[in-house]
Amino acid sequence: MVRLDGITKVFNKGTVNEKTAIDGLTFQIAPGDFVTVIGSNGAGKSTLLNLVAGTYAPSRGEIFLDGSRVTDLPEHRRARYLGRIFQNPLMGTAASMTIEENLAMADLRGKSRGLGWGVTRSRREFYRKTLKVLELGLEDRLKQSVSLLSGGQRQSLTLLMATLSVPKLLLLDEHTAALDPKTAQNVMNLTDKLVKENSITTIMVTHNMQQAIRFGNRMIMLHEGKVRFEAEGDQKSSLTVEEVVKRFGATLKDETLLS
Amino acid sequence: MVSSVLFGTIPISLEQGLAYGIVALGIVISFRILAFPDLTVDGSFALGGAVVARLIMEGIAPVYGIMIAVIIGFLAGCCTGLLNTRLKINSLLSGILMMTVLYSINLRIMGRSNIQLLTVETFLTPLENLDMNRFIPIISFFFIVAFGLKMLTDLFFKTQVGLAMRATGDNEQMIRSLGVNTDHMTVLGLGISNAYVAMSGALVAQDQGFADIGMGIGMIVSALASIIIGETLFGKKSVQRMTFAALVGSIIYKLIISIGLRLGLAPTDLKMATGAMVVLALGIPALKKEKEEKIHLRGV
Repeated sequence: MVRLDGITKVFNKGTVNEKTAIDGLTFQIAPGDFVTVIGSNGAGKSTLLNLVAGTYAPSRGEIFLDGSRVTDLPEHRRARYLGRIFQNPLMGTAASMTIEENLAMADLRGKSRGLGWGVTRSRREFYRKTLKVLELGLEDRLKQSVSLLSGGQRQSLTLLMATLSVPKLLLLDEHTAALDPKTAQNVMNLTDKLVKENSITTIMVTHNMQQAIRFGNRMIMLHEGKVRFEAEGDQKSSLTVEEVVKRFGATLKDETLLS
Repeated sequence: MVSSVLFGTIPISLEQGLAYGIVALGIVISFRILAFPDLTVDGSFALGGAVVARLIMEGIAPVYGIMIAVIIGFLAGCCTGLLNTRLKINSLLSGILMMTVLYSINLRIMGRSNIQLLTVETFLTPLENLDMNRFIPIISFFFIVAFGLKMLTDLFFKTQVGLAMRATGDNEQMIRSLGVNTDHMTVLGLGISNAYVAMSGALVAQDQGFADIGMGIGMIVSALASIIIGETLFGKKSVQRMTFAALVGSIIYKLIISIGLRLGLAPTDLKMATGAMVVLALGIPALKKEKEEKIHLRGV
């Protein structure tokens, strides 16, 4: 589904601030895989997602999505493969627009847009039905502006938007980190449910080790732009936080990883 | 006395308010919806007037003149958009550059600094020749054009492209990740905005009977003043509200100005008065807030 081939990303090349965020990374993700990515600050996790999404172009290497080479495709042209959720709940929705308008825009992800109505009557019913899954009562607030929603509600809506027209690949960038523990848990459970129901290939960056171990079938630890550790299937599910910390203590000094 | 001043100014304010309200509609698209402070407007307003005046003098039917003015205004807006998106020139500077370039272009188009249209047949001449008070057909005409455009604008911003354009001004990152080329949206939006402005310029030139190189000066400020007045009264919750506020705001703005003129405000001081109005409208909330914060601090 996703293939990275010797990807390198260097920021500020040729200056004193030169930083190699991703260093010759090569790996593949099979269809249906749910990969969690951990690593300390500056390990290259977010850069990895930005490279896959097309926000950054790689300095070297090739990226393939669903069998086609996308290395040179700009972000908006990769949208038909990708659903993406950011850490900041404000980033996933247009606040001044209504809930149904936001959903309608997500409905057309990666498709061409014309002068047809943004929100049609039949789709509105569909949105209402889909919103019921969240159990937040948003189905009765279709015409309200998103700016009236709380962070958790907005992130749940973003999640629904990212999976509304089912993407081939879902990118989650610490998408529960800015939420309170209870809301974070709800959003995470909903994520797991939507991913499983639609068997979406997923890459989830997280600072939460427990989350990284509990969810998904593969775990990757990045350090200084390289994969330091990988676990899959049974090996992954039997891991404990302590074990990971002990085995890779040297690279895990950053306390944010242990939260 | 007061009532005669007020009633005397209503027809002229309606006429001008609606005609210039089309500029305010255009600015709603650039400033409010795209969040792009587009200063092309001062140039593209005169551009609309210049194009239509030259074409009428060349013997082309005024209706085609207006259409061509609108198309050229659209292209001018697109140029500003391209300067910003392709060449990565700062949005304010892109507009200022285009406005400056248009000054020369407008002079080229007209061949001199003004063209008078009083003695020739314009699009509005048949209306003015009707056997009734001149204001009735003229105001009706501008009412239909301005509110017709308002409704078209409202409808457009409910379409798929319209939603994408609104999202471009609201959350660029988000709509790009949903597959929209936000650069295209910016260029298209500025094109539409300046097409409106040029249309207003073309109509105003025929209404006042001349096109002048300086007719666009201060257009941004007066249109912004109109929008602010309207938004204070009607809010800016939805696109429909914003477009309505722009038109009504424009009428009220013209009313205030013409009352001011009747009461002895020198026409040369007009732009200063408008500037002061905008500064006050934009500044008062900030001053108020500061006061609240001071009280709050004292309360602690």
